[in-house]
Amino acid sequence: MKYLPLIWAGLWRKRVSTVLTMLCVVFAFALFGLLHGFSAALDGIIDAMSDTRLRSMSRVNITQPLPLAHRARMQMVPGVDEVSYYNFFAGYYQDRRNSIQVGAIDIASFNAIYPDIKIEPQYIEAMLHTRNGALVGEDLAKEQGWKVGDRLPLGSAVWTRKDGAENWDFEIVGSYRSPSGRVPTSELWINYDYFDEARAAANGTVTLYFLKIHDSASAAAISERVDALFANSTNETQTQSEKDWVRAQIAQIGDIAFFVNAIILAVMFALCFVTGNTMMQSVRARIPELAVLKTYGFSNTAVMSLVLAESVILCSVAAALGIGIAAVISPPIYRQFGAGGLNLPVAVVAVGMGLAILFAIVSASLPALRAQRLSIVDALAGR
Amino acid sequence: MSVFRQISSVTAMNLRSMPQRIGSSSVIVVGIAGVVGVLLSVFALTRSLSDAVLATGSPDRAIVLRSGATGEFSSTLLVDAVATIKDAPGIARGEDGKPAVTADFVAAVNLFRKEDGARAGLSVRGVDPAVMAVRPEIKIVDGRLFAPGLRELIVGRSALQEFKDVGVGDGVQLRDGRWTVVGVFESGRDANESSLMTDSATLLSAYQRTAVNSVTVRLQSEGAFDAFKTALTTNPTLSVSVERETDFYRRQSEDANQIFGIIGIAVGVFMSLGAIFAALNSMYSAVTVRTREIATLRAIGFGAGGVIVSVLVEALILALIGAAVGAALSWILFNGNTVTLGDSTGSMVFDMQITPSLVVLGVLLACSVGFIGGLLPAVRAARLPVATALRAI
Amino acid sequence: MTALVSIKQVVKGYTRGKQRVEVLHSIDLTVERGEFVALMGPSGSGKTTLLNLIGGLDRPDRGEIVVAGERLDQLSSGQLAKWRARNVGFIFQFYNLLPVLTAERNVEVPLLLTKLSAAERRRNVAAALELVGLADRAKHKPGELSGGQQQRVAIARALVADPTLLVCDEPTGDLDRETSESILKLLELLNEHQHKTIVMVTHDPRAAHFASRRLYVDKGSLANAPLGVAA
Repeated sequence: MKYLPLIWAGLWRKRVSTVLTMLCVVFAFALFGLLHGFSAALDGIIDAMSDTRLRSMSRVNITQPLPLAHRARMQMVPGVDEVSYYNFFAGYYQDRRNSIQVGAIDIASFNAIYPDIKIEPQYIEAMLHTRNGALVGEDLAKEQGWKVGDRLPLGSAVWTRKDGAENWDFEIVGSYRSPSGRVPTSELWINYDYFDEARAAANGTVTLYFLKIHDSASAAAISERVDALFANSTNETQTQSEKDWVRAQIAQIGDIAFFVNAIILAVMFALCFVTGNTMMQSVRARIPELAVLKTYGFSNTAVMSLVLAESVILCSVAAALGIGIAAVISPPIYRQFGAGGLNLPVAVVAVGMGLAILFAIVSASLPALRAQRLSIVDALAGR
Repeated sequence: MSVFRQISSVTAMNLRSMPQRIGSSSVIVVGIAGVVGVLLSVFALTRSLSDAVLATGSPDRAIVLRSGATGEFSSTLLVDAVATIKDAPGIARGEDGKPAVTADFVAAVNLFRKEDGARAGLSVRGVDPAVMAVRPEIKIVDGRLFAPGLRELIVGRSALQEFKDVGVGDGVQLRDGRWTVVGVFESGRDANESSLMTDSATLLSAYQRTAVNSVTVRLQSEGAFDAFKTALTTNPTLSVSVERETDFYRRQSEDANQIFGIIGIAVGVFMSLGAIFAALNSMYSAVTVRTREIATLRAIGFGAGGVIVSVLVEALILALIGAAVGAALSWILFNGNTVTLGDSTGSMVFDMQITPSLVVLGVLLACSVGFIGGLLPAVRAARLPVATALRAI
Repeated sequence: MTALVSIKQVVKGYTRGKQRVEVLHSIDLTVERGEFVALMGPSGSGKTTLLNLIGGLDRPDRGEIVVAGERLDQLSSGQLAKWRARNVGFIFQFYNLLPVLTAERNVEVPLLLTKLSAAERRRNVAAALELVGLADRAKHKPGELSGGQQQRVAIARALVADPTLLVCDEPTGDLDRETSESILKLLELLNEHQHKTIVMVTHDPRAAHFASRRLYVDKGSLANAPLGVAA
């Protein structure tokens, strides 16, 4: 663009001021990327959840187990393809503080429930034939340095053994992975039968049921039918799609979106002041130069556009840098919060850049008007 | 003229001319107000949650869990163990002469929050009749205490405030059926007040259990803790961990603290850096505007010290104004706000407090930002060659 | 009619607070094509105001101004801007170059309003700098040039769009005697060889000497000789 030298001249007239203002914008938008990104990432988690998979747990509370007998009745509900179950083991490895996510499952039906998960056929076979077999998730294996064939003595923070032993001995017979990346692979799965027989309490119960349904549109209807099966019994169920369940989990934490938006708003407001002031000072310092442009035939609108263009370029470049920083440091932070494998959502980048441009125009509006209204004669006379 | 007189006269001149620089001055004020306001709010959230949880503990009480358990949910204590614990030395006696000991069994129930209708967990704590002796802070303020053997609950005032359908007369669905709320209790807006309470034996039988999660005792005095702990940890029939209740709750709030701590630090670092650059920008332009004035002073014979101090004083004053504005905004918007945080096994209702110590923290932060923002421009102004500065337009 | 500038009965005043001050009282003036006119007078006489009107920077309260065939008093400020771009080049006492741009970028500014391609703009800029004798300083910034050199760059900028009229406000006001002379010689050259019409405001009689006609402005009126001095 041929006007670039002019815009450049305007920006670097007061070099220190421009650089410092850009740094402010960089950090403000890095913060924006972090916060808004986190909020958007949570939305992303929800979206990635399945709505052809239902979760059914005790209506009373998650800490209440459900009887195994429920399974047969659930399987008879029309639209339900498969029912599998899961029991929390609350495992730890070597040290009680080193907790491992362990689930006791029925490998045959579990595999059907999670099409997103890939388990090699030989591993499934091994699991079926090894009572104390365990399947380790790829990420967990990587983190702990475990391999197929390892012997794994685990403790349980919650379950005691009938035989009084402290340790539960498992043998890693295989691994599982998620090619699409949508399902976390940070758990260890053990055989429910082995677990239930060995534990001292709550035998014949499970923590929750997974139901695979055919048609996502009927998720709500099927959930209601399942719950109706057990209504008014001692083991009432609460069934919902996985998507709804995650949404509810996140809602439990509290109104994150409000807090995040409040902080972003405050930051943007303060930033407007900083940028607006910088641009105003820049325009004031350049009044003679802007007047000269007008004498040479640049219209009032042209001069105003010049100031706006400077602001847009300053803010866009700095915002891009800031969002770039957020994109780099977000993944490790997400991992800290248990949302590993996520990147800064693309939508956040788009929103951020749009916000930057809007912001640039708003904060430069007064200085731009000043430049537009500038009287040539007064400016040249030093008034 | 003495050095001190020099410095104070230059500073006074500077301050008198400040109104002319209202544009750049407002930048520091707004920038710092933003940082202080946001950080105070975030820290207040963390601190208030932490304080509320900590308030549950008392230094003259001890909690006993299974050895190695990290919390009540991962702890089980059998009947024999409970009996042994009750005989340990150092336990206070209630008004009825019985030991101030309660063996608690904790369950959870799903209920709906009033504010957003979200389903969240509330703790249901089964306690022994002696709980009133263990926790004298518990006071029934409405209705009555639950009767043992019946499916009756009392609800903490905080829980009642934030959750639907837990008032006196309402029914709550537990494992074996409907239980009725018969009273409301207060206990100093602590963790217990965000939960429901009932008789331990009744709850255990409803859940078909005999083992409890924890035993809490009130000691004869704070100093009695060591004897109590030693007696239990050296007993070969027991495998327990004994903690002062205050330490126990401090540990419980660590996890939440950590998460909020990370958020707070991340937000804080970014905002502070932004504020520093804004302050630098502002002070830099403030100094540039006064270039000729400063050079003239130095040509007359004023030393560089006065210039530096005057710029720093200006920056600090503006920073303090910013801190005041930020703290005030934070206070107006958030002080006293009731927040509920929780998961499926329990919730915590607490009030956000913008405490004086937080405000002091904000002021210190503001002064640091102001100082850093003013230092470079101040030194630059002092070192500018006088001749160049005098020629500057 | 060969008159480039034709001013008839022009009145111009300003409002300062509540007061209305009339600066030019019913001025008549013609400038022929190819003239080099010096406007002189004490400060406050209105000479700069008159210059501004001739250059299309301001509009009269009453009267008629025709410059390069256009009725300037009837143009809107937007139209005046377009007119200026085509017809006038300005030279100021304090040069008013953009400090961050090189000399050639500064000279290029008026051409940004035209439809010339980048290559054509570069050619015109080179030619203009050649004319003022600063081709070898094209890549220098104003901070790296002396006062006289900066004014030359400003003159190149005024010329680059090939205007018919050059308007100068105290072009040598900030320069020493020797440099002033070289600048004025340059203006003389442009007038005689490039046939540029020049209207220059100055308070320096030596500068006025370079002009082909001298006019005196005093208290808003024109005269051919300074008051109190024989013609």
